Amino acid sequence: MNRARIEENLFKGLMLISTVTILTCLLLILGTIIVKGLPAMNWAMVSQIPKGGFYLGKEGGILNAILGSLYLATISTVLSILISLPVVLYLNVYAKKGSRLAYFSRFSFDVLWGIPSIVYGAFGFTIMLYLGLRASLLGGIIAVTFLIFPIMSRAIDEVMRMIPAELLEASYALGATRLETAFKIVIRQSLPGILTAVLIAFGRGIGDAASVIFTAGFTDYIPYSLFRPAATLPLAIFFQLNTPIPEVQERAYASAFILTLIILLVSLSCRFLTKRFTKHLIK
Amino acid sequence: MELKTHISVNNLSVFYGNEPALKNVTVDIPDKKITVIIGPSGCGKTTLLKSFNRMLEAVEGIKISGAVLVDGENIFDPGIEITGVRKKMGLLSQRPYPLPMSIYDNVAYGPRIHGLKKKKELDRIVEHYLKESSLWEEVKDRLYTPASKLSIGQQQRLCLARGLAVEPEIILGDEPTSALDPKSSQRIEARFLELKKDYTIVVVTHILRQARRLADYVIFLYLGELIEHGPANQIFDNPKQEMTREYIQGVIS
Repeated sequence: MNRARIEENLFKGLMLISTVTILTCLLLILGTIIVKGLPAMNWAMVSQIPKGGFYLGKEGGILNAILGSLYLATISTVLSILISLPVVLYLNVYAKKGSRLAYFSRFSFDVLWGIPSIVYGAFGFTIMLYLGLRASLLGGIIAVTFLIFPIMSRAIDEVMRMIPAELLEASYALGATRLETAFKIVIRQSLPGILTAVLIAFGRGIGDAASVIFTAGFTDYIPYSLFRPAATLPLAIFFQLNTPIPEVQERAYASAFILTLIILLVSLSCRFLTKRFTKHLIK
Repeated sequence: MELKTHISVNNLSVFYGNEPALKNVTVDIPDKKITVIIGPSGCGKTTLLKSFNRMLEAVEGIKISGAVLVDGENIFDPGIEITGVRKKMGLLSQRPYPLPMSIYDNVAYGPRIHGLKKKKELDRIVEHYLKESSLWEEVKDRLYTPASKLSIGQQQRLCLARGLAVEPEIILGDEPTSALDPKSSQRIEARFLELKKDYTIVVVTHILRQARRLADYVIFLYLGELIEHGPANQIFDNPKQEMTREYIQGVIS
């Protein structure tokens, strides 16, 4: 065998190993939460709030955390879309090529992306104190929005940057304004990317524990007000894992399973939606 | 040849940063004729063309001086509505870029943007301009399918229809056949020769034979400078400048 062939096979082999490693990790994680959590899975887990002695292994479920997480992640994701879209549309439609502001914005997103979520939690906590809020759903929403908006912006930006300049030019040449071009061409062409970005941001938001630990707090009740504490799944998992009681630990795995399932469902529906929107795209 | 001026370029200079792309170009572009801009790559052909519909301004660090008068109005005047300038001109780019929507919506995009909503009227416009760009017969049964599914030659004719649908006075072509196969190129050229009855057409090309086939009037640029311009037969058969002669004979390219 000559050198080129050996190199080729070597790298193919390495890629195969990486792929297998990633798949194994995924299967191991899923396997663990299923095997350990399944015994604790029952209807009460998803339909009830913790009853007296829930953390000692008695009745109840984690409906409080499921709803809390869904509210928190959904509202934060919507807020992030409202912040991200104008920003990335500005960067990609309004800012001139090579603009310093655009460069600086992108750099800031990268930095913000890299900040650990506990810092967002602390930052959110400071804002809450400043506003006179206590640990509440609103506080959690503020912290999680700060956490996921740079992720969403950067992800959408990456897709919008791929849109050929000529496509925008084609629209301008017909007398369209920048705003018309942004909404009718740019958003349409990057819709699959926008959906993916929303999904990534939602997944990050619903799965993060550190940013909500001070800001959203925890409660055994279903959240009914923005100004009341709200339970979240990651914290529910954390608290349950922290007990020495095996039944409760099993419930932690069951909670993790539910969290994973929620993300999976959102992901699948996103993919389904994407398929419907991509048929007109210019490749 | 009696020529009425449609676009008048006055002392136009364009700088990308400190790089000059066009140096003091002054030329009149005749009404309802095909004007072809020729010259080697990087000589400023496209820059000149894109200055006509103010497409240059999206580039950071660009400096434009001088004037371009369309119908007697300087398009660089601060009071001029940029969308109005662009509405007057249809642009065909090097590669066709259909918009991410159906064939019908592509043609209807311009009219809709300019406020037309009536379905019947839009239907009429779409059919009319698809016929005008001789695409109608090929697509009439699949108007609502994605434009991206068309062949590249068909896409370029769709772009022509899309440009015509905003009822411009001028058609700008930036090497509009360079991505097309010979048959498709021929169709586009045939459309141009037909359309010059009603439109002023300006085409950039680096294909001399194409220039000969199309041109009524020729502008020859070299390294950002206007070397020579005049009626096609004069430029091709009896150029005044040595450089033009060399370019046309293929000594320089």
